[in-house]
Amino acid sequence: MTKALAVHRDRPPVGFNAWRSAGVAWQITQALLVFAVLGWLVWRGIDAMEYRWQWYRVEPFFYREIDGEIIWGPLVRGLILTIQIAALAGALAIVIGFLTALARLSGSFAGRVLAKVYLEAIRNTPLLVQLFLVYFVLAPIIGIDRFWAGVLCLALYEGSFAAEIIRGGLRGIDRGQYEAADAVGLSTWDKYRYIIVPQSMPLVLPPLTGLLISTIKHSAIVSVIALAELTTQGLNLVSNTFMAFEVWFIVAGIYLVLTVSLSFAVTLFEHYLNKPKR
Amino acid sequence: MTPSPLVEISGLCKWYDDFSALYDISLTVAEGEKVVICGPSGSGKSTLIRCINQLEGHQQGSIRVAGQEVRPGMKGIEAIRREVGMVFQSFNLFPHMTILDNLTIGPIRNRGMGRAAARALAMEYLNKVRISEQADKYPPQLSGGQQQRVAIARALCMQPRVMLFDEPTSALDPEMIAGVLEVMETLARDGMTMIVVTHEMGFARRVADRVVFMDEGEIVETAPPEAFFSAPRTNRAKLFLGQLLAH
Ligand SMILES: Nc1ncnc2c1ncn2[C@@H]1O[C@H](COP(=O)(O)OP(=O)(O)OP(=O)(O)O)[C@@H](O)[C@H]1O
Ligand SMILES: [Mg+2]
Repeated sequence: MTKALAVHRDRPPVGFNAWRSAGVAWQITQALLVFAVLGWLVWRGIDAMEYRWQWYRVEPFFYREIDGEIIWGPLVRGLILTIQIAALAGALAIVIGFLTALARLSGSFAGRVLAKVYLEAIRNTPLLVQLFLVYFVLAPIIGIDRFWAGVLCLALYEGSFAAEIIRGGLRGIDRGQYEAADAVGLSTWDKYRYIIVPQSMPLVLPPLTGLLISTIKHSAIVSVIALAELTTQGLNLVSNTFMAFEVWFIVAGIYLVLTVSLSFAVTLFEHYLNKPKR
Repeated sequence: MTPSPLVEISGLCKWYDDFSALYDISLTVAEGEKVVICGPSGSGKSTLIRCINQLEGHQQGSIRVAGQEVRPGMKGIEAIRREVGMVFQSFNLFPHMTILDNLTIGPIRNRGMGRAAARALAMEYLNKVRISEQADKYPPQLSGGQQQRVAIARALCMQPRVMLFDEPTSALDPEMIAGVLEVMETLARDGMTMIVVTHEMGFARRVADRVVFMDEGEIVETAPPEAFFSAPRTNRAKLFLGQLLAH
């Protein structure tokens, strides 16, 4: 049996949209229910442990006011350092990734081998071991402090992933674009700067955002070389105040806010990039 | 003696791995001369003209453009490329730039021309290819024929001494072809040196000084267009022309 065709082709039949929004509402309700149950379980668990919440004590973790002057607390200072580390490491990772991608796509045998060795070495050893290698071995040799050791280690690690993302982006550009750029006499630098990179932006931006978010999260690992970023400050606060639950909830919350607002900002930027063309 | 040739190819050989794409090609093109290259698919026509501006590197023989030797991987290839304009079968405009920016990037970045001067030059060539109203649009907004005319203008903006065309009309809808050929004929009348890979016999008859027929990576026959199309000397050329006319 065939159904009668809808009367209006440009409009779904009456009730279709209502049915669909009812579906969305039910999904949201489901999600809320799941969260409510989970929250209740956690709460009961904590209650059963007779944990004594001391939320009133957390304000000085962020800031203190002394004589009308604001002194930033450990969490804010840690957050700032985390942002600094992640921003520098992220930027450096993109540079490393770009160079590695170029080396892998290049005609130079040495370049390809070097790139491959770097990628395999980074991917097949634990990040923690890499950190110790950079901090205890490389840093004294090239004379950098723990801050730059942390940044460098993260950059090398994330750079290996950036390389694959950027390589994909560069290969996604039609060969004719490279040839046209060559034919109008652009130098290699100009070719990438004006023709190839701008066109691969829409391809690489979403995965690179994911990469920057990982960089923020992975930056927690530099707490093991006692760099006073967010996680280190969290550890210190817990050992001083024994307020483990409050502190770790807050620290996780700060990371969450940081990463979510980053992806939001990038989404806005993508919209801006996509707007004027075509 | 005639002035020294603009493009001078001798004993050119090119391999892709162990596949011989070009073998012992010698071809000399004088200033102002128009050469049409034709031949069956895979005969090496594209490879030959792409060697001239080193989009492909050759392994043997020599190529000279305006007296300068062109070598694979050479430094300063940009200086030679500015003497050699190229038009591709698939246009290859930069889709993320306006038509005007497509035209000005070469003069600005390669010739170091000022922005205003480059714009004026670009508008002049856009007028020549009759497309100046579209200057602020993006390539995907234009028809194929318009895009190809923009591509010709982009190449001309470098003020090259020789223009290479690789089947410039074969990706176009039939009704677009005439406009592009017209632009090319005007260019020829203005005295541009041109090397054109095409199977447009009418164009070859009207414009070419010589037709070069290639097969299997070699130049099989070179003749004036009338002679070539009406009385090809070699069997391979006869076979090819027969197939071309059968279409
Ligand atoms: N990058 C490459 N790698 C390997 N072989 C190639 C490559 N480019 C071209 N060839 C081969 O070289 C030969 C000549 O190719 P070319 O593109 O020059 O032919 P053509 O005469 O332009 O043909 P068409 O009329 O189809 O454009 C072909 O057999 C082709 O398969
Ligand atoms: Mg071809």
